[in-house]
Amino acid sequence: MARDRAASGERDQLHANLERVWANDPGLGQLRAVNHSSIGLRFIVTGFVFFLIGGLLAMLIRSQLALPLNDLLDHQDYAQAFTMHGTTMMFFFAVPIMEGFAVYLIPKLIGARDLVFPRLSAFGYWCYLFGGILLYSSFFVGAVPDGGWFMYVPLNSSAFTPGAGPDFWLLGVTFAEISAVAAAVELIVAILKTRTAGMAIQRMPIYAWYILVTAFMILFGFPPLILASILLEIERAFGLPFFDAALGGDPLLWQHLFWIFGHPEVYIIFVPAAGLVSAILPTFAQRPLAAYSWVVLAVIATGFISFGLWVHHMFTVGIPLLSLAFFSAASMAVAVPTGIQVFAWIATLWNGRPLLRVPLLYILGFLFVFVLGGLTGVMVALVPFDWQVHDTHFVVAHLHYVLFGGMVFPLFAAFYYWLPLFSGRAPSERLSRLAFWMIFLGFNITFLPMHATGLIGMTRRAYTYLPGLGWETLNLVSTLGGFLLAAGVGMFLVDFLLHYGFGRRAERNHWNAGTLEWAIAAPVPPYNFVAQPRVATREPLWSDPALAQRNARGEGYLGLPDPKRRETLMTSTLHGEPEAVIVLPGNTWTPLVAALFTALFFVGFLAKLYWLAAIGATLAFASLFFWAWQGGSRDQDTAMQAAADCRLPLHRTLAHSPGWWGTLYALLADGTLFLSLVFAYFYLWTVSPHWPPAGYAAGGLLLPTLATAALIAAGLAVAWGLRRLRAGRSSGPGMALFAAAVLGVAFMVLEVSALLGTEVPAREHAYGALVHFLVGYQFVHVLFAVLMGLFVLVRMRRGFAGSARPSEAAVVGLFWRYTVLQWLLGYSVMHLFPRLL
Amino acid sequence: MFRVLGAGALTVAGLALAGCDGVQSSLAPQGPSARSIANLSWVMFAGASAVLALVMVLALYAVFRTPARHRGIPDTLMVAVGGFAWPVLTLSALLVYGVYQMGDLRAGPEPALEIQVTGHQWWWEVRYPGAGGQPEVVTANQIHIPAGVPVSIALRSADVIHSFWVPNLSGKMDLIPGRTNRLRLQADAPGRFRGQCAEFCGAQHARMALLVVAEPPDRFAAWLDAQRRPATAPAGQSAQRGYAAFAQHCSACHSVRGLVERRGPDVGPDLTHLGSRAFIAAGTLENTPDNLRRFIAANDRIKPGNRMPVFDGLDPATLAALGDFLGGLH
Repeated sequence: MARDRAASGERDQLHANLERVWANDPGLGQLRAVNHSSIGLRFIVTGFVFFLIGGLLAMLIRSQLALPLNDLLDHQDYAQAFTMHGTTMMFFFAVPIMEGFAVYLIPKLIGARDLVFPRLSAFGYWCYLFGGILLYSSFFVGAVPDGGWFMYVPLNSSAFTPGAGPDFWLLGVTFAEISAVAAAVELIVAILKTRTAGMAIQRMPIYAWYILVTAFMILFGFPPLILASILLEIERAFGLPFFDAALGGDPLLWQHLFWIFGHPEVYIIFVPAAGLVSAILPTFAQRPLAAYSWVVLAVIATGFISFGLWVHHMFTVGIPLLSLAFFSAASMAVAVPTGIQVFAWIATLWNGRPLLRVPLLYILGFLFVFVLGGLTGVMVALVPFDWQVHDTHFVVAHLHYVLFGGMVFPLFAAFYYWLPLFSGRAPSERLSRLAFWMIFLGFNITFLPMHATGLIGMTRRAYTYLPGLGWETLNLVSTLGGFLLAAGVGMFLVDFLLHYGFGRRAERNHWNAGTLEWAIAAPVPPYNFVAQPRVATREPLWSDPALAQRNARGEGYLGLPDPKRRETLMTSTLHGEPEAVIVLPGNTWTPLVAALFTALFFVGFLAKLYWLAAIGATLAFASLFFWAWQGGSRDQDTAMQAAADCRLPLHRTLAHSPGWWGTLYALLADGTLFLSLVFAYFYLWTVSPHWPPAGYAAGGLLLPTLATAALIAAGLAVAWGLRRLRAGRSSGPGMALFAAAVLGVAFMVLEVSALLGTEVPAREHAYGALVHFLVGYQFVHVLFAVLMGLFVLVRMRRGFAGSARPSEAAVVGLFWRYTVLQWLLGYSVMHLFPRLL
Repeated sequence: MFRVLGAGALTVAGLALAGCDGVQSSLAPQGPSARSIANLSWVMFAGASAVLALVMVLALYAVFRTPARHRGIPDTLMVAVGGFAWPVLTLSALLVYGVYQMGDLRAGPEPALEIQVTGHQWWWEVRYPGAGGQPEVVTANQIHIPAGVPVSIALRSADVIHSFWVPNLSGKMDLIPGRTNRLRLQADAPGRFRGQCAEFCGAQHARMALLVVAEPPDRFAAWLDAQRRPATAPAGQSAQRGYAAFAQHCSACHSVRGLVERRGPDVGPDLTHLGSRAFIAAGTLENTPDNLRRFIAANDRIKPGNRMPVFDGLDPATLAALGDFLGGLH
């Protein structure tokens, strides 16, 4: 007895110590929080608020369409309502809330204490929030975007929309997209490098696979849209013609870039939601997910195929039949991996012991709605059928079946399923079912008739319609269904709030699930695990029911009796064997400050106060360097005892630290943006009869080649310096970084002279506009590379970096290498290709 | 859930009835292209309903079965057959069907008659090229075609992207600045078919309709001949007064060939033979002298955001005269 009490006292002390290190600061200090549970919940709550706002806009739309020639909204109100509805639901609800779930759940599922770049998660959240506020501030200045959520040009060019509406859209959405890319980088590194001991890649919870694939899709999918948004904003603000057909541009370039993003986007929303289904369903069948490897392969295949079907949004723009056939085939092929998942879910239920609780009810609702949406998706993938239904209410119905069915139903299942972790209470089984049936019936009454509305001729985005075309009844039914759906969402909210007040206390592992997040006490503490457990199976809690109790006693990795700092394990990518201990940063203002300065840049740009934008950009970059300065330590310790029998190095002693991995994945996104730019260049080349256009002086090859040589020399100097650093030489690395800085500046001077020597005006033709943009994009990189090099130079002098701490220098080396490679491509495209042809 | 499935089937049946008399319905095909697509649609609706029913029956059985009499099926077998083999087979067959049909719809020589359609915010400019010394016909929002033979529609845009869609006859095709797209239109028999801009194009996207009038070839030829003739000066005092007012107030943007030449840029529809058109303002109002008068005086209320100035300063007699003049341009 006495020993038990002593043990329990020790345990409480352990928890209290962990709490001291990991807790958020109270009061306003909450704004300094970087912990993944806090950030994840903020994403989820903010995303849900945007869902409600988008839903209100939807109710306005449905009210307007309830009757023919209705005058509730005028054409402009209506255009604003559907533009903001689509934009909000896509960019400010669906993607961020799925990110929020991933940020909240992934560390818990993979047995980690926190995400690997906590400040980046916080920064991403602030960017998302400020981007949303920026977009919605358009309501206060009367410049609400009204050109549709895919912002087609030339309708949204300054010639046809001179007001600031499109600028609010382009800047607000781009601002928020920073968070998607940031979360993607972070989740990839977290999943690949911070799984707990023994969690080999084939034992990873299935949800982690889905998030891994989603994150890679974001890295490759968002950059084309970010590029397109930047190009359109530059065209609108400074008159560089990229999309103007009269000046060598092409409005279809916008459509290509938008949908190269836009189609993967649909899967960026659906894949994580399907991941929620695959994670939840096995618990209610009380058995592991059927055909795990099939499902993993199917998800990866979805990721790949989703990049090959963007043209199915463009079947009516007049594209040659052969490419139509290709994209039609790809669009149908993507149904196969989805079929595999559907049957894996059915097989899991079929061969399990199903228990119908609310989360499973939502999953069944999901199955009906999503499969129907998938089937109409196959229909619109067929080119002739799409020629009829494209841009009609049939497509509106289809996309809501896929997105609402594919994403909102799983989301609600997830809310109920993980509720005990959020609140420590169990969900109700009565009100929750009532809400489900209202949502399910309301949804189908709204959108099932809408297929017919489209087939009998009603186009989308028409703010009014004439009586007598046979559309009245169907529209009225849809509107009534819409109100039932809205009431259902209201019922869900009521249930949710009541639950917080009156819900039954949930014990640990409320649903008897198999995955690690249920080993955590509810509601979850900020450090998740008292000690990081070692796992041997995919469902550790099923194969080892005592795991949770042992974990609470602090058995495992990093269960230190007196922790001084936030730590989590870094493990090998394939086998999940411990490699190092990552020391994580604690609460800090830096992410919020950096995001505020970034906001200053966007606001300045929007107000056309470019000096203010420049100040904002400079301060934002400065805060990033301050951020980098915060990390690291001058302590001499290089390793620590992670468990009784396991001593591990600290992450800063590694060349391939988490920061290095993060940079690598961020550069994938960067490279994708640059490749999209190269795509734009060659695309316009094929459209344009003369490229470069007649009358443009070609310019000599000498200066650009000298510039390129300088840049290569800079890259070689950095590589040499890094090798010296690894060899432990103190002279050399500093000199090399300094030489690289000088050569980098020389590159910029030479390339500018080359550009000035030729006559390629930026505003007269898309060619000149693209050349200027390419060079400008490269300059930003070189400048950043130079500054990073100088930064590390100072860090080495101050003892934060050096041969025992090579991680920062390695990041700089990676960035330099990328910068040189990017320019080699840019140089070939700009200076060599036009001479070859 | 089964009840919901039933509701779905009911809606689809109701939809077929609603489509029968549709003048703007893809399910009431009146031409070979639309018919071929409608047939494909019904095949797919039937197939999709069957697939959905099967999936839901399997899922609901798996959840609600009685455990005692249940027989397991190996996971991988279920996934391999249901999730892989079955979709691959059915989708491949469907794809082959679709791709062949797509080729068919675009196959064959270009039709002899080409009609040029240019999209404007928010109306359709329609041109029949001149031939053999005959002048070009320029009209708006109403396209006459000979029934039973294909015609080629050349689609261009004067401003933003629009999309040309007459669902009873064919699928849609976009009008894109800087490009010319082509669409083939054929009606089985004489009739009137409504169409509408399908790509969001700004304020009055909702009121950018058009009418296709298919006529027997001889009547079509007669119509085209009549359209080629210049307008004749109106008879009657009011119409003549309207003629003068038109020349004074309207000719900055509008032409009436033979009577008034446009003075300004090409922004308003050509109004030669306006009286022969069924609707005005791109399908917004029936073409009556009264509606013409109302539109001239208060178009900002009838079609808000459109580019035409409001002539509410004109006295009622002038407005009535304008209505008489324009309505009389047969």
